[in-house]
Parts: sequence; C-alpha cells; structure tokens
Amino acid sequence: MSYTGQFRVWRGDADGGALADFRVEVNEGEVVLDVLHRLQATQAPDLAVRWNCKAGKCGSCSAEINGKPRLLCMTRMSVFEHDEVVTVTPMRTFPVIRDLVTDVSYNYTKAREIPSFTPPAGLAPGEYRMGQADVGRSQEFRKCIECFLCQDTCHVVRDHEENKESFAGPRFLMRIAELEMHPLDVADRVSAAQDEHGLGRCNITKCCTDVCPEGIKITDNALIPMKERVADRRYDPLVWLGRTISRRRD
Amino acid sequence: MTDTERHEYDVLVIGAGGAGLRAAIEAAEHGLRTAIVCKSLFGKAHTVMAEGGCAAAMGNVNENDSWQVHFRDTMRGGKFLNNWRMAELHAKEAPDRVWELETYGALFDRTKDGRISQRHFGGHSYARLAHVGDRTGLELIRTLQQRIVALQQEDYAETGDYEARLRVFAECTVTELLTEGGAIAGALGYWRESGRLLVFSAPAVVLATGGIGKSFQVTSNSWEYTGDGHALALRAGAELIDMEFVQFHPTGMVWPPSVKGILVTEGVRGDGGVLKNADGKRFMFDYVPAVFKGQYAESEEEADRWYADQENNRRTPDLLPRDEVARAINTEVKEGRGSPHGGVYLDIASRMKPEEIKRRLPSMYHQFKELADVDITAEPMEVGPTCHYVMGGIHVDPDTGQSRVPGLFAAGECAGGMHGSNRLGGNSLSDLLVFGRRAGLGAADYVAGLGRRPVVRDAEIDAAAEMTLAPFAPTAPGVASENPYTLHAELQRMMNDLVGIIRTEAEMAAALDRLGELRERLHDVVVEGHRQYNPGWHLALDLRNMLMVSEAVAASALMRTESRGGHTREDHPGLDPQWRHRVLRSRCPRGPGDDAVVPRVVVEPAERVPMREDLLALFDVAELEKYYTTPELAGHPAGHSAGSPQGGTA
Amino acid sequence: MTAPARDVGSRGVDSPGRAAVGARTLRTDRWWLPPAATTIGILIFLVYATVRAFQQQYFFADERYLTPFYSPCVSYGCASEPGSAHFGMFLPDHPLIPYAALSLPFLLLFRLTCYYYRKAYYRSFALAPAACAVPEPHATYHGETRFPLILQNSHRYFFYLAVVISVINTYDAIVAFRHPTDGFVVGVGNLVLLANVTLLWCYTLSCHSCRHVMGGRLTHFSKHPVRYRLWTWVSALNTRHATFAWITLGTLILTDLYVALVASGTITDLRLIG
Repeated sequence: MSYTGQFRVWRGDADGGALADFRVEVNEGEVVLDVLHRLQATQAPDLAVRWNCKAGKCGSCSAEINGKPRLLCMTRMSVFEHDEVVTVTPMRTFPVIRDLVTDVSYNYTKAREIPSFTPPAGLAPGEYRMGQADVGRSQEFRKCIECFLCQDTCHVVRDHEENKESFAGPRFLMRIAELEMHPLDVADRVSAAQDEHGLGRCNITKCCTDVCPEGIKITDNALIPMKERVADRRYDPLVWLGRTISRRRD
Repeated sequence: MTDTERHEYDVLVIGAGGAGLRAAIEAAEHGLRTAIVCKSLFGKAHTVMAEGGCAAAMGNVNENDSWQVHFRDTMRGGKFLNNWRMAELHAKEAPDRVWELETYGALFDRTKDGRISQRHFGGHSYARLAHVGDRTGLELIRTLQQRIVALQQEDYAETGDYEARLRVFAECTVTELLTEGGAIAGALGYWRESGRLLVFSAPAVVLATGGIGKSFQVTSNSWEYTGDGHALALRAGAELIDMEFVQFHPTGMVWPPSVKGILVTEGVRGDGGVLKNADGKRFMFDYVPAVFKGQYAESEEEADRWYADQENNRRTPDLLPRDEVARAINTEVKEGRGSPHGGVYLDIASRMKPEEIKRRLPSMYHQFKELADVDITAEPMEVGPTCHYVMGGIHVDPDTGQSRVPGLFAAGECAGGMHGSNRLGGNSLSDLLVFGRRAGLGAADYVAGLGRRPVVRDAEIDAAAEMTLAPFAPTAPGVASENPYTLHAELQRMMNDLVGIIRTEAEMAAALDRLGELRERLHDVVVEGHRQYNPGWHLALDLRNMLMVSEAVAASALMRTESRGGHTREDHPGLDPQWRHRVLRSRCPRGPGDDAVVPRVVVEPAERVPMREDLLALFDVAELEKYYTTPELAGHPAGHSAGSPQGGTA
Repeated sequence: MTAPARDVGSRGVDSPGRAAVGARTLRTDRWWLPPAATTIGILIFLVYATVRAFQQQYFFADERYLTPFYSPCVSYGCASEPGSAHFGMFLPDHPLIPYAALSLPFLLLFRLTCYYYRKAYYRSFALAPAACAVPEPHATYHGETRFPLILQNSHRYFFYLAVVISVINTYDAIVAFRHPTDGFVVGVGNLVLLANVTLLWCYTLSCHSCRHVMGGRLTHFSKHPVRYRLWTWVSALNTRHATFAWITLGTLILTDLYVALVASGTITDLRLIG
C-alpha cells in the first residue's frame, strides 16, 4: 500500500529560492497535504505550509501542484503515478512569504473596495422575505471558500503585475454579481464593476471556473451576467450613438 | 523588548470565528476601538466547518416552536447540567441573532413563503435549524466577515482609514495575556509571517478561540483548535468548568486514514439518512436510553412516517442527542457488528433520489467523492465517532460573558456552561451569535465604566516574550532535544486512547502520568530554522496550551464518577443525581516553583446555582425526577411526584 | 539556496516578490493540445466557409435544398438557381459579394463576439492565455476595455440578428419539404437541413446574451414566473453552449457539403417519402 514518492517542493522566500527534492513515504488514501505534513514531521520541520481544516472547507492550503493551482488537501495522491515527481510550489500570482506560503493581502484589499450589502430602508430584521428561486444564484457564489485559486490563475494579474491596481479579480467580481443578484440589496455597483473593478479586463477564458474547488461556474454565472448588465447600461450602441451625437452638438 | 511593536485598543478580541467576529461587531458598533486577532487568515476560522445549521426557535416551519421548547431541548440534551441562565438567554435571543444576519446580507435557504427554512436535527423537538445546504458555518462566518468589512468601509468614509476603529490582525497568535493587579491590561503575541512579537494594550479582552480537539488524534477540528483561550484564561487567573465533557460527534469519516475524523453532518440523518450495522440492521432502536423512553419511534415504520407527518409520529432514534448515538456506534463496533474500517454505515443512498441528495447535501457528496472515492448517492458512508466539541470552557457570567478576571470575557466554544454535558447540534452557531454579542456588549460596558485603565508592565512583557521565544533555545549540554511534531502525535494518541469516549479510573490516572512526562519533555523541545513562518515553533507554543487543557480534561474526568453526556465512565456507567448539581472547576494556582512553561492545573468540585423556579416549572416533574434529587424539586409548582402532565414535547 | 537570476524588467510570474520558481510553467500535461486543436478546427471552418461563400455555385439542389451558406439568397446571381431566392434579389452579382451577403457578415460577427468563441480564440490565437497557469507572451494586457475589443459588448445585437437569420434558415428547411411537382416530400437532404437548423437554434438560444435577455437581468425571479421558466431552460442549454458551438461548425460544413454534392450531381439524394 505504501510507497516512496518523489517530491519537489519550492523552498525560499522573497529574496529567492529553489525546488528541493525529497523522497517521502506515501500511504493509501493520502492527499498531498498529508505528505507535506510527513515532510515537516520527519525531514523539514520548518517547511512553511498554510493549512487549516484539511477538509476542503476553509480554502487555506492553496498552492500549485505540477503547475496547476489546487488545494493541497483536496489533491489525492492516487491521481499521480508512483514514479511521478510531484512538484509543489506556492501560488505564483502573489508575493511569497516563505516556502509554500504567499501574501494574499491583495485579496483582502480588493474585498474592502466592493460596496457592502445595502439593505432596503424600512425593513426590520425578521421581515425579510425572499423566494428560494431569488436567492439561488447568489447562494452559488456564497459557496466560495476564498481559497483565491481563481485570483491566482487569472492571467490578468498573474501575468501582469501592473493590473493588480485596477482589477478586482474573479473572486470579487463574483462578489459584485452576488450583491447585484441579491433580491433585497438596493445599491448599484454596475458602473463601478466596469470602471473601478476592472470587469472589462476579464476575457472570459474561464481559468477561474476551471480551478474552482467548489465548482462554482464563476464565468458563466457571475462574470458574463455582469458583463451583460454592464452592456445593458453602457454599451447599448443606440444609447451610445445618441450620447455621441449629443456630445458633438455641445 | 524596546523594539516590540505596540498597539492600543479598547477591546481586543482573540479569535475570528463566529463568536469573536460577533463580539467585535458589537464592540465596534458601541464606538470602541477594537482589534481582532486571528491565528489564521481572516475568514478561515473553524466556524466554516459547521455544516448543519443554526438553531433558533423562529417557528418558520413548525409554528408550535418557541423559546421554551428550545430551552427544554437544550437542557435535556445537556442532561440538566447546563447553566440554565445561558440556555434561557440562548433560546430567547437566537431568533433575533439569525434575523440580524439577514440584514448583514446572509442568504439562508427559504421556505415556500419566503422565510428562513429550518431543518430537523438531533435532540430538537421541531425543525429548528436555519441553514444553507450543508455549509451553514461558511455562510455565517462570511456574513460576519463582510459585516466587519462594512463597518470598516463606514470608518473609511468618515476618516479615510479602513482601520481607524476596527482592525484585523490576521495570522497573529496571542501567547500570553498581560494583567495588572489581577485585571486585564493587554496581551503579547507574534506574527506568523515574520515571527516578530507584538504587544496589545487593552483593558478588555474577549476570548473566542474555540475548542481543544487538536489534542485528540481522531478529530473533526482544524489545527487551530489547541485550547489557546482555555489555557490563556487559566494562566491569567480565570477558571474553567465542565472540562470532562468532550463531545464525540457520532459521524466522522473513518476511511481512508488520512481523512479519519472529518465530519459528516448530522444533516444527513436530519434529512432522512439512517445508521445501520454490518448486518444491515437499524440498530439505534436498541439504544434509546431510559430518560428518553417514549420520546422516540419504536419501529422503523413509525420512524419513516415521522419524516412526512411529525404531528402523529415520533422521531427516529437516529436523531437522539450526539452522545447517545456516539456511544451506540462505539458499542456496535466493539461487539463486532461494525463496517470493514471500524465504523458503521450511514445510508442515505437507499432513501433518497441521487439528485435530491446532491441538492441537499452538496458538500457531503463532494467530500466523499473527492476524499474517499465513495459516491454517497449510490452506496452507504462508513462513519464513526470523532472528537468534535468541548462543552467545558471558561467560567463566565451568563449575561456579560465576563470571567473571574476583570476585563477578561469569553464567548463561543471556549466559554463553558451553556451546553451542560452534551451540546445539541445546531446550538453551537446560535451560541456564537448570542454570546458573542453579549461578550462584546459586556466588554463595551466594562470599558465604559472603567476609571483607570490597567497598564502593561515591561517586566511582564519581557517574561512573556522570553517564554514565547524559548523553543529556539538549545537544550542543556548532553540533553537530547525533542521534536514538537513527535510530542504532539504522542499527546493525540494518548488522549484518544485514554481520555476518549469511554473512560476508566485507571486510564485517567495513566493519562495524567503521561501528561506529566510530556510536560517535562516539552522543556527540551528545540525548533529548527528561524522565526519567519515556522510551523515547528508555532506547534511548540501550541503544545503548552494543549498540555494544560488536556490535564484539565483528564483530571476532571477522573473526578466525576458517573456517566453523563460527553463523559462516559465504564466503571461508573449510570447517571448520578448527586453529580448533577456539582460542577468541576479547573484553575491554575501558580505557586512558587511551579512549571512556568506548563503550569499545573487543579480541579475542585463546587455547587451549581439551582434553576430559577419559573424555568423549572417548564418541565414535567416526572422527567426532572430522572435527573434531580428529591429535595431539589421542592420548588417545582407541581410538587414532587404529582402525576405527569404533558410536558409539551412533540 | 541561490536565487535564479532575475531580469530587472521581469514580469508576470517572474515579478519581483513572487516565488522565484525559474520555469515559466510547471505543467506536465499536454496543455498545448486544446488550443492547438481549437486553432485547427477554426481554421478548417474558415477556409471551407470562405471558399464556399465565394464559389457562387452548387448552393441549391433541384430537390429545393438551399445551403445555409447562401441563405437568404438575395443576389441577382441567385437567378442561376431558380427557386433559391425566397426573399427577392437585390444585391449586385459580383464575385466578391457573397450571395448571402445580408446574413453571412452578421453570422460571423455573432460567432466572433460569442462568449464561448471569445474564450476559444483568446486562448488559441491570442494565447492570452494559451492554457491556465501558462504565461501569456504579451507585455501588456487591457482585455476588453478598449477599442476594438470593447465592441465585444455588442454581442446581444448580433444575437437578435442571428435569431432572424435562424428563422430564415428554418423557413428554408420547411419549404424544402414542398417539392414544386411532387408535393410533400421527405428526402435525406430534408432531414439534414432539419437537423442543421435545429442545432443552429440550440446554439443561438443557448447564447449568454439570450440567457440575460430571457431573465438573467431580473433580480426577482419569483415575480416573473414565465421569464424565470425561460431563463431556467436557456440556462440548461447554456451549459452546453460550447458544445453546440462546435457541433454547429461541423453540421454547417456537412449540410453545405451535402447540398453541394447533390447540387453538383456527385451524389443523389435519397427520397424517403413522396
């Protein structure tokens, strides 16, 4: 049942680092995080790994395994061949702190920039009435465990550091969609989605959806519907034509 | 220590789960400068793991529900050991706390008429749990997290600084509380990221650090659950109560080994799943204890009818309180009727359509598919007991959450009393909200009424800092150093084997001996590497707390010579009414010559405060007689042994 | 541990502060395969469609089958095949003007601005990104925020036109059942046209803009039960939008090829009924 697996784990910090080779015991039913814990206990006690629930519910142990953004606790060793080298690196979109731990503060900064839920005036607690059909869409987005793998894989910021300023990333564009589809929210974030949070930078290449461990259809259910709502507001050619003509006249 | 980072706040909340965040919201809304310290990233606390729901007698699904029924259920579930005032406040205030979440943006599952839907759970008379599929805890923590952000946005609009009044210190661990003249003055902690120390000056500290499960090998708890709040409170002079009561959730995963202990929500049974042994028998019908006789279905037919018609049928014994179900599973396995991997079967596949299972229990489906390669819509799950919750905790005033130490408050799992000897499922999330808010309020009132703020003294900072950095110091020449991971693994195995579900005097005494050894060995732990994000160091510090708390659990368990709720003594199998009115208090006397790393804990019995008469009158006296001694029932209006009027249970 | 050398101008995953992994991507699977296959698939279609659109013959079979590449046939050139022009002839007959010049550009634009095809060609042609967690080659990236890509936001208008054209295609498929001399007939070609138009509807109606228009833009589904129902149907179709996008490329080629082969007399259409 057990075998000796070959691991390459990135070790280092912001000043530099390299992939370190390990040979380590792997047992039946284990996930990559189990093996990293074994490395900590037996070979590398100071190997930095961020983790928490080890059940795919908290979204702490995000990293990249063989180049793909994944949760360490939800990647079973059985998907690899016994002689396959498993390479584990930190997420490559965020600044590294140490080993597999990255500084994900970008995400918390973006979270603060999205206007919060705004309840309707005059509705007391306990008086909220919403149909299941009305909350279903936002509930899907609220399954998000904030592992930030979608933020990590999104090429808009992964490949272009300079876009971090102007792009909230799939997680927080989805948060906007969630609030816009909330049946009782009264704020308007449609224009801001485009102007301040960078919705237009998304080119719907769906990597966020591909990596989501919760299986949320981020692109189809959140980002594209938001693009359509922006189009309602902003890119209706007839409205645009009218506006252009009136501007010419001024 | 001149270069230590310093921060000054009115209220310091330690822990960013449901209770901590709710406390912080309350303190901040009262205009206090509030800091939240969380061991993990913001929004990752153990509350996310809660699945089934949040109990609140809103009466949306069954309008017969009321706070009185909820109160009775809670007291019954805790075998009448609960702090009745807490149970009362909890039952009365839970609906308001849930509705309040909606104003923060929470989206619970709905009833047909658009109200919050509620589901059945073990020990609750009516469908009472507000829920979102099987990820209610995630909804709760995200909602509170987003409420914190909303408050920060208000501050930003006003001051231009998001953190002007409310700041989250993420990946920051408090290692010691600082006091002056016995009152809270602040706390010392370290940043995980850099390993740098930081000092908080704050006259009020709210502990909301959760539980102690990481001292056990098979547990549903995350790594953070190292009993930090319990241990910090002990070292600061507060008392713990009821530490012998540890809840083993009946249904944790048992296979594969690497996921052993991960929770399988009670919602599976609430929605129709049943427990079966290796012979395919629904064994729970054989395990209805005397105190619950007559309240549960006696045949499979009646139990199945109950799902559709709850007025005319009694509920299935699969939904007995958790302690009963965990013991039953334990017995089935011990007597050779278990599943191949040492559990029993939890079957929902044969009772519900696959699409319905996926809709109602999406994360369970996902969890088994991903981690165990089991399709729960086609085959039964293998489940067994897993360490889930500690009923015991910091002894606090029910109304304000304040401990014996002025300025030290506690809420949530790390506070004790609310759940008695056994917590009902769903009562944890409501506990967090009700008492999180009360602790925040208590802290706000305390700070407002404070004449002079206690001052953090440099000598105390130095001592706490030295203790925090001690694991880097090499051992004395000739002494072999210890590995923190090895020590932790030994502690977990020992606690699982000796202080688990079924306990004996000899095992408990052995556990205390082993804890003594481990305490000595902890002195020789040396961590490799430097202070920057060093998990070995973090574990070495957490071990201090785990060892203290484990001692409180084992010593309390040794003293209580009866079986009740989350404490089962093989050598004292029955309920003993003489133990009902007694509470075991753990404290840390801190005398000269005491071990500074892991100070000794002493446990002493004390009397519980008798229940207020109007609350006592909510129960049928015949039921109370099963738990109470005769003289204690003198105050019951029905008098003692006066027939048995219907107690109002369904 | 020594750090691999890093350029001052390093960008993307090599940006200062990020983990210095060295390799641009550590993916070990054949990540280049899907974009390569997409490129080949789209090129095949484009070449075939271009050739056929300008060929100006073999577009109408005597069995009354009109290929979708020539529908509606509105050029004076359609007169070469009597019966092919269902909606009149008014465009000049010129080698550079396709007979269906009224529909083809809009169908092209409908697919060009389609959310699925955008993903497909951004990945395969623009390599932005070629595959997830594979660095893209571009130094800067603005996405769909400026001209010309900002025009992608006009997708819904091409959707409306595509609906009109789908109606025309449907008309073509239905009238083909009515033979001028034999009355109601069913040949293999009829079934081919019918299958093609059905799949075209599946592609058109599963469009994200359609989903938005049907009900996606609403906040309170429960107040609009009919639109909610429509949205639910379109949502179910929408999950297969990419599949329909590819299937219809295939069926368009096959349908056209079938008509061309029958029209050129290379094969004979099999009459099933009538």
